[in-house]
Amino acid sequence: MAEFKEISPNANGGEKLMNWVDNRFPATKLFKEHMSEYYAPKNFNIWYIFGSLSLLVLVIQIVTGIFLVMHYKPDAALAFGSVEYIMRDVPWGWLIRYMHSTGASAFFVVVYLHMFRGLMYGSYRKPRELVWLFGCAIFLALMAEAFMGYLLPWGQMSFWGAQVIVNLFSAIPFIGPDLALLIRGDFVVGDATLNRFFAFHVIAVPLVLLGLVVAHIIALHEVGSNNPDGIEIKANKGPDGVPLDGIPFHPYYSVHDIFAVSMFLFVFTAIVFFAPEMGGYFLEYNNFIPADPFQTPLHIAPVWYFTPFYTLLRAVTSEMMYVLIACVVVGTALAVAKAKIPALFKGLIVGAALAVVAMMMAIDAKFWGVVAMGGGVVILFFLPWLDNSPVKSIRYRPTWHKYLYAAFVINFFVIGYLGTQPVSEIAGRISQAGTLFYFGFFILMPWWSRLGTFKPVPSRVTFTAH
Amino acid sequence: MANAVSYNHGLTLIQNAFLRIPMSDTPVNNSKRTWIIASGCAGAVGGIAAAVPFVSSMLPSEKAKAAGAAVEADISGIKPGEKLTVEWRGKPVWIVRRTPEQLAALPKLDPQLADPLSLRKPSETPEYARNGWRSRKPEIFVAVGICTHLGCSPSDKFNPGPQPSLPDDWQGGFFCPCHGSTFDMAGRVFKNVPAPDNLEVPPYMFLSDSKLLIGEDKKA
Repeated sequence: MAEFKEISPNANGGEKLMNWVDNRFPATKLFKEHMSEYYAPKNFNIWYIFGSLSLLVLVIQIVTGIFLVMHYKPDAALAFGSVEYIMRDVPWGWLIRYMHSTGASAFFVVVYLHMFRGLMYGSYRKPRELVWLFGCAIFLALMAEAFMGYLLPWGQMSFWGAQVIVNLFSAIPFIGPDLALLIRGDFVVGDATLNRFFAFHVIAVPLVLLGLVVAHIIALHEVGSNNPDGIEIKANKGPDGVPLDGIPFHPYYSVHDIFAVSMFLFVFTAIVFFAPEMGGYFLEYNNFIPADPFQTPLHIAPVWYFTPFYTLLRAVTSEMMYVLIACVVVGTALAVAKAKIPALFKGLIVGAALAVVAMMMAIDAKFWGVVAMGGGVVILFFLPWLDNSPVKSIRYRPTWHKYLYAAFVINFFVIGYLGTQPVSEIAGRISQAGTLFYFGFFILMPWWSRLGTFKPVPSRVTFTAH
Repeated sequence: MANAVSYNHGLTLIQNAFLRIPMSDTPVNNSKRTWIIASGCAGAVGGIAAAVPFVSSMLPSEKAKAAGAAVEADISGIKPGEKLTVEWRGKPVWIVRRTPEQLAALPKLDPQLADPLSLRKPSETPEYARNGWRSRKPEIFVAVGICTHLGCSPSDKFNPGPQPSLPDDWQGGFFCPCHGSTFDMAGRVFKNVPAPDNLEVPPYMFLSDSKLLIGEDKKA
C-alpha cells in the first residue's frame, strides 16, 4: 500500500484532483505502467497493428450488439422477423446490424493476422507462453461467440449450421447424445436452443472474452512485447533502466495505432456501405430464408472463418482413418527406433499407440472428424512447446522455413476455400492432403524447426529512423 | 496497526495449512489443517450441488418432452415414387411409396452398403422393419429424414443414373448436401461416407390402408 501523498497547496486544480484520486485509486500509476512508461520495441512493423485493431473491433461489436439487443427478439417465431424489422423499420438499424455482421468477419480477419504475426516472429516463445495461451483461449471464445451469434437471425444457415455443430457433440462416445440434448434443450434445434444461445452470446461469452482480453494484456505488459527481430529488448537497458531499443507506448504507439485505426475504418466502412454481404461470404444468401426444420438447403457451409476447421472435420472419412492409423503406427515406430529415451517410456508410447489405434478402429470416423476439427484449434495452444528453433523470428531462420510457412498459409487458404464448397471426389482428396499437411506442420515442428542453418541474431533490433 | 497483525496471522495460518511456505517459525498445526481441508471439501460439495439445478435447467423442459405425441398421416394421396413429409417430435418423417423398380434395386446394393441389415444400432430399426426393404409393407417406406451424421435433412435423389455429387451407378436414394452421405431407397447408408448409420425408422403402424400412425406401434 502506497503512502498517502500530500501535495503543495500551490499546485493547480488539476494536480490536486489527480493527487486526490491517486491516493485512492492508482490512476497515474496504471497509466504509466501500461501507457507512458510501457516500453515497446521501436522496430514494430505493420504486423503489430492487429492487436489494437482487434480491441477496436471488440468495442464495435459490444456497442453495436447492445443496440441490436434493444430491438431483437430471441423467439423462434419472432427472431427472423425482428432482424428484418431492424433492417427496414428501426431508424439506422440497417447500419448497426451491418456494422455488427461485418464486425464479426473483421474480428476474425484481424485475429488471424494477429496470430500469424505471432507465428512468424516466435511471439509465443519463452517468456510469452501465457500471452499466447490467453490469446488462444480468446480465439476459442471468439469462435463460440460467433457460432452462437450466427443462430440468432434464425435463417436457414443459422438453423442448419447450429444443427450440424451441436450434433458434433453427439458423436462423443457414451455421453455424446445426452450432451447434445443438454446443449439444444430439445430434441432438435428449436426455440429453447435459440433462447440459450442468445443468453450465451450477449452475456456469458462476452464476459469471458473481456476477462481473457484483460489477462492477455496484463501478461503481455508483464513480459513486454516481442518484435520482428525476436530479440529481448530488456537485455539492453540504459542507465535509467529503460530498454535502449524501447519507446514509450504512449505517445509513440498510441498515435501509430490511431493512424492504423483510421486506415482500418476506411476499409471497414467501405464494406459496411458497399458490400456488407461480401458476395455471400460475410452473410450467406440462404440465411435470408427463414429457418425451416424440414428442408436442409442444398448446399450448407459455415461462414468463411470456420471453413478451414470445417474441412478438417469433413476430411476424416472411414478411408482416411486407415491413413491416420498408418500415421500413428509410423510415428510410434520412429519414436521407438530413433528417440533417445529410456525403454520404459518407449514401452509406454507403444502401449498408448496401441490404445489409440484400438479406439480409432472401434469408434466411428464421425467422432474422429470432430476430434480433428477440435484438434486443429487446440494444437495452437501447444505451439510454445512444439517450436524448438534456436531463434524466435522468421528473419533469422533458414530460408526454407519461410517457404514452409508460405506453404502453411496457402494450405490454410485452400482448406478454407474447400470448406465453402460442396463435397466432391477431388475436393475430398485435396482436403485430406491439406488436413495431413496442417497437422504435420505442427506435430513435426519439434523436429523440423531445429533443422537448417540459422542466421546470426543481432543483439540490437534492426531499425532505420524515418 | 492491529489489523495488519491479525491479517498476517491469518495469512500465516493459511500458508502453513496449504503451502508450507515458511512465513514464521510457527509449527504446522495439523488439527487446523485438517479442519481447513474438511471445510474446503464441504464447500466444494456445496458448490457442485448448487450447480445441479442450473445444469438441469438446460435439459428439455416438460413442455418439450410432451410434444412427442404420435401423429397420423393420410397416405392415400402418395403416388408411386413420391414422398410425403410429416412432422413428428419436431423432426421430418418421410413416407415414400416406392416403385417396383426401386424395390427391385434394393437387394442388388447390399455389397455397396455399410450396414445392409441394420445391425449396428438395432434400436433405430424396429423389428418389423428389419427386412430387405426396411418397412412393414414393401412399397411404403417410413423413416426419420435426418442424416445420422450431423443431423441435416437429406434431399431426394430418386432418379437413377449419373448426376453431380453422386456415383455413376446411382440407383436412386437420398443425398445429404451437408457432408455428402448417400442412402439407398431403404435409407441404408452407403460405404465410405461420413454417416455411420442407416436412417432411423420411427415406430409406426397402419391404422388402415390409407392411414398411418407415426410414433406408436404397440397396439398393432
